[in-house]
Amino acid sequence: MLLRRFARLAATVGAAMLCASPAFAAPRTYTVVIDKMKFGPVPAVLHKGDAIVWVNKDFLRHSATAKDHSFDVDLPAGARAKTVIGKTGAIAFVCRYHPGMHGTLEVK
Amino acid sequence: MISKIALFSATALLGMAAPAIAAGAPTDPQIAHIAYTAGNLDIAAGKQALAKSHNKAVRSFAQEMVRDHQAVNGKALALVKKLHVTPEANPTSTSLTTGANATRARLAKLSGAAFDRAYIDNEIAYHKTVNGALESTLIPSAKNGELKSLLEIGLTLFREHQHHAEQVAKEVK
Repeated sequence: MLLRRFARLAATVGAAMLCASPAFAAPRTYTVVIDKMKFGPVPAVLHKGDAIVWVNKDFLRHSATAKDHSFDVDLPAGARAKTVIGKTGAIAFVCRYHPGMHGTLEVK
Repeated sequence: MISKIALFSATALLGMAAPAIAAGAPTDPQIAHIAYTAGNLDIAAGKQALAKSHNKAVRSFAQEMVRDHQAVNGKALALVKKLHVTPEANPTSTSLTTGANATRARLAKLSGAAFDRAYIDNEIAYHKTVNGALESTLIPSAKNGELKSLLEIGLTLFREHQHHAEQVAKEVK
């Protein structure tokens, strides 16, 4: 009984520590929508380990391609695909097929 | 009168003689026919390039033209079906076809770098012309909102194509 209560307490404290410390913040997943030949808004701030789900709502094939080659996602019409951000800094990206479509991810 | 000027401008912009009968501003069925025809002609040009060219940049560009224009035309076909609109041939789309057929015949006689240059130069000129017509006449004349929206997406896309063609032109000079 005592042991069980202690285990529960430990779990609660552990969870609280995880939540309180940004170092242990769980990675988040954000969505970036491509529509009418444009990348929609990107999250203001991203952290390394977060993920972007690219959703291509166009009837055209696009890609989300990092200029520094850190990711390159092919997005056929109507497709969605996930990129886990593995580095920090400003990552400029374009559509490989239509380079006039572009944006930048700010990763902390 | 303004309508007549509008159709005249579309035809003039496409580099052709004024149509014998300028019956008014292009109607939605006529606009659909012009846009669909313009796309089909560029698909044919792209397929010719894929059959003849060995240049990587040119082939990649041609693949993009075939893929994108097929996608737009697929969307256009679905839209006219939904709207119960029958695309209507008109002097502008006929002129486009005549011009593109002549270009294709001229390019058929070329090979290697000469073909690559001629194809890309024509793609730049063709997209400039079609984009000009879309911007000045076809989009402003379109009555149906969905058709107008598709033409607007098309214009954004075809400007990308023109830009891409200009980049490839630098590589094949």
